Amino acid sequence: MIKIVIFIIGFIAAAGVNAAIPVSHKQIKGLDEQVQDIKKDVLDLSTELSQLEEKLLYPSNTEVAVFVALKGNKKFQLDSMQVSMDGKVVNQHIYTYKELEALRAGGVQRIYTGNIKTGDHNLVMHFIGRSESGDEYQRSGKYVVSKAVGPKFVEVLIGGKSSSDQNMRFKDW
Amino acid sequence: MFRFPEFARLFFFLGGLLIATSSRASIELHHVDVHDLYFGEVLYDAYQNNYFKAISKLDNELEQYSEVDEKKLDPLHSNIGQAEFLVGDLALQYRMNQRAGKAIQAVLGDGVDQATRNRAALKLAQLFFKKGEPQKVIYALDLISDKVHKSRYETLFSFDLLRRKPPQTLKKEAAYLRALAYINTGKNKPAIKILQSLKHEKLFQGFDLYNLGIAQIQAGKLNQGEQTFDELGKLDVSDPELLALRDKANLKLAEHYVKQGKAVLAEKYFRRVRLQGPYSNKALLGAGWVAASQGRFDRALVPWTLLHQRSEYDSSVQEAMMAVPYAYGKLKAYGKSANLYGQALDVFASEIQRLGESIKSIREGSFLHALLDKHGDADKNWVVNLRHLKDAPETRYTLDLMASSDFQECYKNYKDLASLRHYLTKWLDDLNAYEELIEKRRLYQQPLLPVVEKKFRKIDARMKLRLEQRKNLDKKIQNMLIAPRPEYLATDNERIAMDKLTQIKNYLALHPDKSTDEIKNRLDRLDGILLWEVRSDFNQRLTDAYNHLHKLDGIIKILKLRYYSFIRTRQAATQSYKGYRIPIQQFRTRILAVQKKLNQIMAQQGHVIEQMASTELDKRRKQLEDYQIKARFALAESYDRAIKSRQDKEVEKRYKKLTGKNRTGKKVPQKRPVENKNASLENAILIKQQLEQQQKKIKKQSGIHADALWSKKKNRQYFSTRKYNKSWIKNNYNPVAGSK
Repeated sequence: MIKIVIFIIGFIAAAGVNAAIPVSHKQIKGLDEQVQDIKKDVLDLSTELSQLEEKLLYPSNTEVAVFVALKGNKKFQLDSMQVSMDGKVVNQHIYTYKELEALRAGGVQRIYTGNIKTGDHNLVMHFIGRSESGDEYQRSGKYVVSKAVGPKFVEVLIGGKSSSDQNMRFKDW
Repeated sequence: MFRFPEFARLFFFLGGLLIATSSRASIELHHVDVHDLYFGEVLYDAYQNNYFKAISKLDNELEQYSEVDEKKLDPLHSNIGQAEFLVGDLALQYRMNQRAGKAIQAVLGDGVDQATRNRAALKLAQLFFKKGEPQKVIYALDLISDKVHKSRYETLFSFDLLRRKPPQTLKKEAAYLRALAYINTGKNKPAIKILQSLKHEKLFQGFDLYNLGIAQIQAGKLNQGEQTFDELGKLDVSDPELLALRDKANLKLAEHYVKQGKAVLAEKYFRRVRLQGPYSNKALLGAGWVAASQGRFDRALVPWTLLHQRSEYDSSVQEAMMAVPYAYGKLKAYGKSANLYGQALDVFASEIQRLGESIKSIREGSFLHALLDKHGDADKNWVVNLRHLKDAPETRYTLDLMASSDFQECYKNYKDLASLRHYLTKWLDDLNAYEELIEKRRLYQQPLLPVVEKKFRKIDARMKLRLEQRKNLDKKIQNMLIAPRPEYLATDNERIAMDKLTQIKNYLALHPDKSTDEIKNRLDRLDGILLWEVRSDFNQRLTDAYNHLHKLDGIIKILKLRYYSFIRTRQAATQSYKGYRIPIQQFRTRILAVQKKLNQIMAQQGHVIEQMASTELDKRRKQLEDYQIKARFALAESYDRAIKSRQDKEVEKRYKKLTGKNRTGKKVPQKRPVENKNASLENAILIKQQLEQQQKKIKKQSGIHADALWSKKKNRQYFSTRKYNKSWIKNNYNPVAGSK
């Protein structure tokens, strides 16, 4: 009986054995620190490059950016969005589940960045979405963007009490 | 006798498991009142777990914010507390622990509202816990306060205060983490006290009991610890994670009772483990061995047979492939036992071959290649499922390894490095595109600008003149309010008339002979009329002049707008191609340097992953080779026993026929009279020879050339090794059995 009990201990030992990893934890930790350092280097580069890109591609005297935020019924499902500037479609976007969740959580999407002359421009936003019951519907909104010498930011707020009736509001920043 | 440290170690995998459960794998900030669109964009990326993009954008925003003189005018100012907190949170999510630690500690300084500070302190504590620094965990938790500290920022910008919400104290989370830190520092009694106060708290359901049990056992309260684990083992839950935790508790408790030699109790806890779950295979195997320990091999066969039918990649199943024929052998079903050993040998041979191919595939780089396959982005279980790819190694053998935190860290780092490598390559391409763009702009703008500049200078001079004139007029009007000068506001005709009168007066002064009284009177009258008109209309004229000047201001405003717009456009045109050459070159040099460094680290990281995987596979291959040898000996023994059994039966039968008695000396009733004694004996000898030949043939087929007796001896050694090799058990027994 005692021998069999010891036998079982042997079985448990064999079953519970973890991987005998020759790579030491210290080695993994050291490598992890190096990875963190390189991440920092690349992030620094990314920040500086994005500044260069903005300066080069979107100078402030012509820059215009359109942002989208969801402020209404959380059950409304935004499927797609179209941005037109002065009668020309400048961007279209189809939303993934993750993107929609990010908008619902309070994130703001920069849907379009471009260059326009100073003066008034017609911005038309068009969305297709679905209500809680799954019915598809679409809405359009117009707004006159008055571009001055500085960069211009316009926020499009999609909101409304019912998921079947969401509308757009424009906010000038 | 129960050995406390072993049992404690047995359960001491709690750290990673519990902290992972208590902290969400996403950022904490949700539904923030966004006052800065770009901060909202950072959140948009962060909520999608695009941490690199989010950190980069947030760094950019904070850098620009730090350069602003009037910070209150920057929209980010209203979100600055959340933004600074987010720096640490994002760094933590992106596994930049060093940066996260610094960022969170920065948030803990003065100038941040208490709610944010409390959240930051908890984050910092979690970070220290993850790094295995329990003393620092306690220090960070002590920074959490429920007292409102009126600071400059707090009174102005805390949204919690504006909403009249008390600051978040995160009491339960902090207490739980404190208890874990106490356990790690050996302060089990206060840990028990805290965990008992949190018992059945929904937030920590199951895990509170697990840790409480550990604390009790470490504090020497063995019975209480067992009871706590027993309670956890009976928990009514439906969440898959908690079900797995419950199974694990039952399994570990069963193993603990096995060690104590309490087979009945062990069987009870083995039985509690679900048949379908991550621990079911180990439980089935254990349940079988418990029955075997009581000599009930028929009962042991029930769980083992069930296990035997499962996936042959699992180590428990492979052990069952040896255990089932062993039990049949004990039940004297030698034929069945031999068959099953034969089957096991087939399986082991094919698996050893597959493992060999997998190790080769890893060494050829297929594993790393498969890890970065595009399918991996959509499949959370990709490290296992990648085996479906062509030439990819068999990953089902490495499940335990892949579940380990070390492997996961290495894998995530490797993926992050691959992603960074992709960014660097893209940026190099971008820089090439920028240079091309700049060159095209230069070719277009450079010839145009001098012409535009020439025209602009002329217009600029005229504009300056007009503006100067306007300034003078304004000055005159202002002066006239104090000292009226009606003649300044005379009309053109009045001025002409005035000039003519002056000319006539001058002429008459030079030619007095032509001057008469009538002429003088007429001149005085005309002078008087003009003076009357100019002076009597002065107020109206001054008002008109003032209004006209204001109208002119409107025109000048438009003129200035156009002027500045032109200046900016001209500046932008110049800046669109000037001053980029050196920065772009510097960027390229930096990117190439980082790329080189990254490739080196990535190669090292990849090597570590390959080493881990191939070592694991090699270990499993050696284990299977070991099983294979043992199965061969066991097979030979089974054949020996099967043949011996048949021989014994045959001899018994012949003996009965010859003597009418069995070998114990008892008479047996004879069915038929013996006709030829010698013929029967000859037949018996012949049968024996045939059986021996058959035995040799089988041994040859099964690959065993050694003597059967030697095989028996070796086979006994195998089992006795498993029974008595305590040092091996002590050296190799590590109870951490993967993760949930």
